[in-house]
Amino acid sequence: MPKRTDLKKILVIGSGPIVIGQACEFDYSGTQAIKALKEEGYEVVLINSNPATIMTDPALADATYIEPIVPEIIAKIIAQEKPDALLPTLGGQTALNVSVALAEEGILEKYNVELIGASLEAIKKAESREEFKAAMAKIGLKVPKSGIARSLEDVIRLAEEIPFPIIVRPAFTLGGTGGGIAYNLEELKHIASQGLKASLKQEVMLEESVLHWKEFELEVMRDKKDNCVIICSIENLDPMGVHTGDSITVAPAQTLSDKEYQKMRDAAFAIMREIGVETGGSNVQFAINPQNGEMVVIEMNPRVSRSSALASKATGFPIAKIAAKLAVGYTLDEIPNDITKETVASFEPTIDYCVVKIPRFTFEKFPGSKDELNTAMKSVGETMAIGRTFKEALQKGFRSLEIGLAGFEDIETPPDIEELKSLIRNPNSKRLLYLKQALKVISQEEIYQLTGIDPWFLDQIQELIDLEEKLKTLSWEEFKANKELFQQAKAFGFSDKQLGKIFNLPEKEVRLARQKQELKPTYYLVDTCAAEFEAYTPYFYSTYEPGKEVAPLKEKKVVILGGGPNRIGQGIEFDYCCVHAAFALQEMGVKAIMVNSNPETVSTDYDTSDRLYFEPLTFEDVLNIIEFEQPDGVIVQFGGQTPLNLALSLLEAGVPILGTSPLSIDQAEDRELFKQLLNKLKLKQPANATAFSKEEALKIAEKIGYPVVVRPSYVLGGRAMEIVYDSEDLENYFQQAIWASPDHPILIDKFLENAIEIDVDALSDGEDTYIGGIMEHIEEAGVHSGDSACVLPPHTLSPELIAEIERQTKLLSQELKVVGLMNIQFAVKDKEVFILEVNPRASRTVPFVSKATGIPLAKLATKVMLGQKLKDLLPSTIHKPNYFAVKEAVLPFNRFPGVDVILGPEMRSTGEVMGIDANVGLAYLKSQLAAGQNLPLKGNVFISVNDKDKPMAVLPARIFQELGFKIIATRGTGRFLQEAGIPVEIVNKVYEGRPNAIDYIKNGQIDLLINTSSGKKTVQDSSSLRQTALLYGIPYTTTISAAKAMALAIKERLNADLQIKSLQEYYKQRGIN
Amino acid sequence: MKALLVLEDGTVFEGKSFTGQGEIGGEVIFNTGMTGYQEVLTDPSYLGQIVCMTYPHIGNYGVNEEDVESEKIQVNAFVVKECVKKPSNWRASKSLPQYLKEQKVLGLEGIDTRALTRHIRIHGAMRAMISTEDLNPKSLQEKAQKLPPMQGQALAYKVSCKQPYLFENKPVPVSFTQFKWQNKGLPLVVFDFGVKWSILRLLQTYGFEVLVVPATTTFEQVKQLNPKAVFLSNGPGDPEPLTDIIATTQKIIEHYPTAGICLGHQILGLALGGKCYKLKFGHHALNHPVKELATGHIEISSQNHGFCVDISKLDFLEVTHINLNDNTLEGFKHKSKPIMAVQHHPEAGPGPHDCQTFFARFYDLVANH
Repeated sequence: MPKRTDLKKILVIGSGPIVIGQACEFDYSGTQAIKALKEEGYEVVLINSNPATIMTDPALADATYIEPIVPEIIAKIIAQEKPDALLPTLGGQTALNVSVALAEEGILEKYNVELIGASLEAIKKAESREEFKAAMAKIGLKVPKSGIARSLEDVIRLAEEIPFPIIVRPAFTLGGTGGGIAYNLEELKHIASQGLKASLKQEVMLEESVLHWKEFELEVMRDKKDNCVIICSIENLDPMGVHTGDSITVAPAQTLSDKEYQKMRDAAFAIMREIGVETGGSNVQFAINPQNGEMVVIEMNPRVSRSSALASKATGFPIAKIAAKLAVGYTLDEIPNDITKETVASFEPTIDYCVVKIPRFTFEKFPGSKDELNTAMKSVGETMAIGRTFKEALQKGFRSLEIGLAGFEDIETPPDIEELKSLIRNPNSKRLLYLKQALKVISQEEIYQLTGIDPWFLDQIQELIDLEEKLKTLSWEEFKANKELFQQAKAFGFSDKQLGKIFNLPEKEVRLARQKQELKPTYYLVDTCAAEFEAYTPYFYSTYEPGKEVAPLKEKKVVILGGGPNRIGQGIEFDYCCVHAAFALQEMGVKAIMVNSNPETVSTDYDTSDRLYFEPLTFEDVLNIIEFEQPDGVIVQFGGQTPLNLALSLLEAGVPILGTSPLSIDQAEDRELFKQLLNKLKLKQPANATAFSKEEALKIAEKIGYPVVVRPSYVLGGRAMEIVYDSEDLENYFQQAIWASPDHPILIDKFLENAIEIDVDALSDGEDTYIGGIMEHIEEAGVHSGDSACVLPPHTLSPELIAEIERQTKLLSQELKVVGLMNIQFAVKDKEVFILEVNPRASRTVPFVSKATGIPLAKLATKVMLGQKLKDLLPSTIHKPNYFAVKEAVLPFNRFPGVDVILGPEMRSTGEVMGIDANVGLAYLKSQLAAGQNLPLKGNVFISVNDKDKPMAVLPARIFQELGFKIIATRGTGRFLQEAGIPVEIVNKVYEGRPNAIDYIKNGQIDLLINTSSGKKTVQDSSSLRQTALLYGIPYTTTISAAKAMALAIKERLNADLQIKSLQEYYKQRGIN
Repeated sequence: MKALLVLEDGTVFEGKSFTGQGEIGGEVIFNTGMTGYQEVLTDPSYLGQIVCMTYPHIGNYGVNEEDVESEKIQVNAFVVKECVKKPSNWRASKSLPQYLKEQKVLGLEGIDTRALTRHIRIHGAMRAMISTEDLNPKSLQEKAQKLPPMQGQALAYKVSCKQPYLFENKPVPVSFTQFKWQNKGLPLVVFDFGVKWSILRLLQTYGFEVLVVPATTTFEQVKQLNPKAVFLSNGPGDPEPLTDIIATTQKIIEHYPTAGICLGHQILGLALGGKCYKLKFGHHALNHPVKELATGHIEISSQNHGFCVDISKLDFLEVTHINLNDNTLEGFKHKSKPIMAVQHHPEAGPGPHDCQTFFARFYDLVANH
C-alpha cells in the first residue's frame, strides 16, 4: 500500500536556533524529510526561525516561514496555509513541544490538521515520565525506581523511598536542562528546585541512580504494518551518569553478546509498540548492570534525534528520510535502499568498521562554570570518526576535534595520582585524556572502579598506549625503516603529526618517510551491508588496509572543505555555505567532493555532494584525499577557520585553491600588513598598537586614550579580550594571569564607545563587487558581532554613510583581489567610518543575508570562484526590500549556571534566529520571540544601569512609561530618571536590604529587566540579579541599545499585530524568484 | 605468528594466527553479523568452512557456557580483522583465542576482511587454504584447488549424531529400542543433519517433546517411534547428494506432518520434486528481510545457507516467504498436506527473534492435524 493520497499539503516544524542539546542535526533531518516529501509530490510548508539552516532555503519547501516557533504564530500559518497534516517528529524537542501545545489548544482540530509520524497520545506517553513508567511496567520492562515530584515537598517525600544517589530529570526540557545527580538531601533540594523551574510542566522525576551502569541506545524504525527494524546500536564509553550528548559513544555496541543484544532489540520493539509510535523512528536508551546484565529502560524519544543523525551517518541509512516516507503511509519494504539499489529499506544495516563520536566542549568560554559533566548536556558540538578499529576511530576522532591535539595524545602536565583519580572519577571534558595518563600509573581494576568505563575500552586504550610507549623507545631511523611497525602505527590511527611529536620531527618529514614506505590510506565505503552487496553510496572513510575499492572520480571535480565540529563561533552557518557550494557545483556540472567530520550536518549527508569523505580536517587527512582524487580545485573559504588554517600549507603543497588567494586572507589577518593596506587605501581604523610588556601597554593606552580594547595576540576567538576604561582596569587585566612578553604581545585598540557597528557581506568576481547586505548592529561596538542583534537593511544610517560603506567595501575587495565572499566589520562613530576587521571569506552572516535578501551568496560565490561573472549571475533588477530582517543571537547561559549573562567582546552564542516583518520594531520583536524572549506589552519594567549608561536610559524609559509600563529602578538609576521627569518606583539593590529587586523578580512583579554594567565591580553586584531573571525566564537585556530597540518594538507591537509571510512572498516583491 | 590465507584463484591475504601453528583448508564464506560469533563457531551448518566475520572486532564479550549451538566448534578456521584477547562481559568464561586453541581450531587475525568479503562477493564463494607452516602462496593455492568443492558434499551424514538422543540442555543419548515418549508435549522426531541446539530448545518451548535421531534413520524406524510429527534440521553441505535422506523424507511426508529449516527446507523441496542450486556467495547474515506473503509482514532473519531451492514448477506448493534482498525462496508449504519449511533460521542463535512464530505455526499444524 503506497503513500497516502488524502494528504496534499504537509506542515513541517523545524527546531529553531542552535542551542546546546539541539543543533544542526535537526537541519539535517528536516532537510532530508522535506526533500523526501517533495519527492512524493506533497506540498510542504515549513516553519523554522533559524535562517542559517539549509531547510529554510526557499527552493526547498513550497512555502518557507522564518518565523518564531510559538503556537500563536504557527496557528496563523495554519490558518493561512491550511495544511492537511503536521509532521512534528523532525524538529527535535521544540517541534514536539509546540505540536503538543497546538493540539492541546485545539488549533489542529479547528483547522482539521492531522498529526502524522507520532500521535498526541504517543508523544505524551513517551514524554511524560509517569506515563512512560506505567507503560514499561505493562510490558514487563524495568525502569529505575523513581517518582514524580511537582513541588519541593514531593521531592523530600520521595527521597525517603528512593536510595541516594538520586538522579533528577525534569520533564519537557531540552537535553535534560536542570537535571543532575544528588548525593545528599541538600544537593537534591537544590537540583530539584532548578529542575522544577526548567520544566515546562513544573515536573521532575527523581530516579534511583544507575550510575556506572553500561549505557546503550538503539535507533528503531516502525511502519504502519508493524514492521520494525533497528538501524544502529550505540554503546556509550562514558557509562550512566553523563548525558549521552556529552558521552563519547561508539557504534555498533561492542560488549553485548548476541543473546543480550537480541533481548534489548526485543525490548525496543515492545516499547515502540506500547508507546504507539506507528510510523517513524525513535531512540530508546537502556542501562545494563555490568555485574549481572540486569537491563533497565532509561528513556525513549518518539522522534528523530541527535543519536538518529549519528546513526544515519554511522551506518549510511537515512533515518529522517525514511521516517518522512513512513509518515505518509509507505511501509519499509516499499522504500528502496538507495545504497544498494537492489534491496529495500526493511533491513538492518550491518557495518564493518567502528564509529566513534566525541563531543566538543567550550567551558573556557564560560569562566565561572565548572568543567563537570552530568545529566545536563553541556557540549556545543561533536565530531565523528570512522576507522576499521576502535583504536583508529578514536585517534581520528581526537584529531578531528580541533582542540590542538594531533590524536589521542598525552596530556602535557600530568597531575599527581590523587588528582588524577579525582579527574577520572568526576566526569569532565578532558576525562579520557586523564584516563590515558591514569592507565600508565593506576591499575585497570582501580580505574574501572573509579570510572565504570568498560574494561573493553580500557584495554583498547591500553593497546594504544603500549604501541606509543614502544615507539618512544625507538629512534626515528629505526622506526621509519620498520615498515611493519609504521603500518601498524598508521592502522592504530597515529597521525603523521602525532608521530612527529613522538620523534620530535615536523609533520612533513613524517609524511615524506611514510610516502617513501608507500604507506597510504585506502578509502573504504560506508555501505550499510558490510560489502555483502555492491553499493552505490559515494560515502568513504580512510583506513590503512591493503584493499583497494574506490577509484578517483573521472569528471571535473572540486573539493569542498567543511567546518568540522560545531563550536561557538563556527557552526551551522559555515555548513550552510559548504552545502551551497556543493549545490552550485552540481548546477554547473562539476562534481562536488565534500570533506567533513561533523555528523550533525547537512554537508555530511551523502546525498548532498557527489562524494563524501568523512574525515578529520587536518593537513594530513585532507592532503591524502586531494592526492588521491586530484581535484581541479579546492574550496577553503566556506568552512570557517578550520579549512583556512590549512589554506597556506595546502597552497605550499601545490594544491589548487579556488577563489581569493590564501595570501590575501593572510594579508587581512596580519595586523601589520593590514595596517599598511588601509594606509594605502586611505581608510581609517581605530588607533592601535602592540605592547610587549605591561608598562608599554599602559603607555600605549594613555597615548591612544581610554577606553581601549585589549587582547592577547596568541589567543584566538575573542578569548580574554576586554574593554578597559582606565589604567586601574588595565592593571587588573594584567593581574588576571595575562602577561605580555616579547613572545606574547598584547594588542591594544582604541575602543569606539557607543559607535554603531556595521557588518557587510560582499561578493566579488575579481571585477565587480556585489554588496550582499549591510547589517546594522543593535548592540554597540564592543559586543562581539556574533552575539549582537543586527538589522538588514540598516535602519538609522544616512544614504551618504551607506554609500561610503559601499565604496570602502569595493575598494577593499579590489585591493585584496577577492574572488568569492568577503566580510567587513565597520564602526560608525560621529558619522565617521572605521574599519574593524576584514575577512575575505564566508562569514557567519552569509546565510542570514542570503535569507533576508533572497540572493544565495555562497552559491554565487562558488560560481564566481569557478570563473563565472556576477553580471551573468545576478538578477538584472532587484527592488529595495519593503521589509526588515533582524538577526538575534541565542545564548546558552541557562546551561552554565553561575556564569554572568552580560555580553562582551568574547562570542558565546550558539545560534541565531531571524525576525522578518514590515518594520524594524516588529521584526525585532519577532527575533526576540524566536530567541525565547516574549516581550511584555504591559506591566513593570525594571531598570538598573551604570553611570555611563544613565543618560541614554532616559529614552527607552520614557517610551516604556508612555506605553503604560510602570518603571521600577534601583536608587541611582531611579533618581536619574526621576530628574528627567519619569515617574519611578525605587527598589533596593540586593545588598541594600529587603525587599530587593530579586524579591520583585521572584514575586512576578517584573516583566522586563534592563540591567547594564561595565567594569569588574558593578558586574559582581548585578550578576545575581541577572541570574535570577534568567532562571525565572524573564525577558532581559544587558545593553541600553537593545533596551531602546525593545521599547520601540513593543510600541510597534501595540499598534499592530504580528503578520506572517513566507520568504517566497517577500522575494516576489523584490522581483527575485 | 605470520599466516597466509590463499584462495583457489590465487588471491593472497596475509595475517597472523592467534591460536598458534596450523594448516587447514575449506570453503571460505563471510558472515555479516556484528554479534553471535560463538553461535556461529558452534553451528554445525558451518562444518568444514572457513568463516570470515565482517565486523572488525571479534571476541569482545568472550565465550560462555550457554551460547553454544552444538558440543564443539564446527568451523575449520575463523578469520577476523582483530581478535579481542581480553573479553569483557559478565557471562564470559574464557577468551575467544583460548576457546579456539582448546579445540585446536585455527584463528586468523589482521586480515583485511572487507577486501576478502568483496572478493567473495564478486567472484563467489571459493576454497581456500590457511597456513602458518607453508607460506608459499603457490603451494597453498594448489592445495586449495585440491580440496573437494562444496557442491556434491554430503556433509550431513558426517555431522549427524550416531545414536538418538533426548535434549536436556545437552544431548542425552537413548536407544531406539528402549525409548518411550514421556508425555512432555507433542511427540516429534527431529532428523539431525547438524541440528542447532537453539532449534531443539525452541521446539521444546513451543510444546514438542523432542527425540533427535541420526540422519540415517529409516522410515520404518520412525514409524516404530510413532511420533506426531517429523522435523528436518539444518545442516552443512549440498542437499542433492543426500539421496537416502530425500527418499526417506518422501515416505515421511506421506504419513507425518513435517517441517524443515535450512537444509531441512532444501531436503523437503527436493523430496517434493524441486531443484537445488548453489548461490554465488550464500546468505550468512543476521539482517536479511524476509517477507511473509500471507500477511505482508517483514521479519528480519538470521541466514546461513549456500544453496537454495527452486520450487517454481511445483504448483501444489505455496511460497510462504521470500527474501527481499534477492527475492529468493525463504519458505513454502504444501497446499493440501501438513508440510512447511523455511530456508532461514527462525531459531536465531545468533540473530533476531522476529521469525519465531514458525515454531508456533508448526505446533498448530501438528496439533490440528
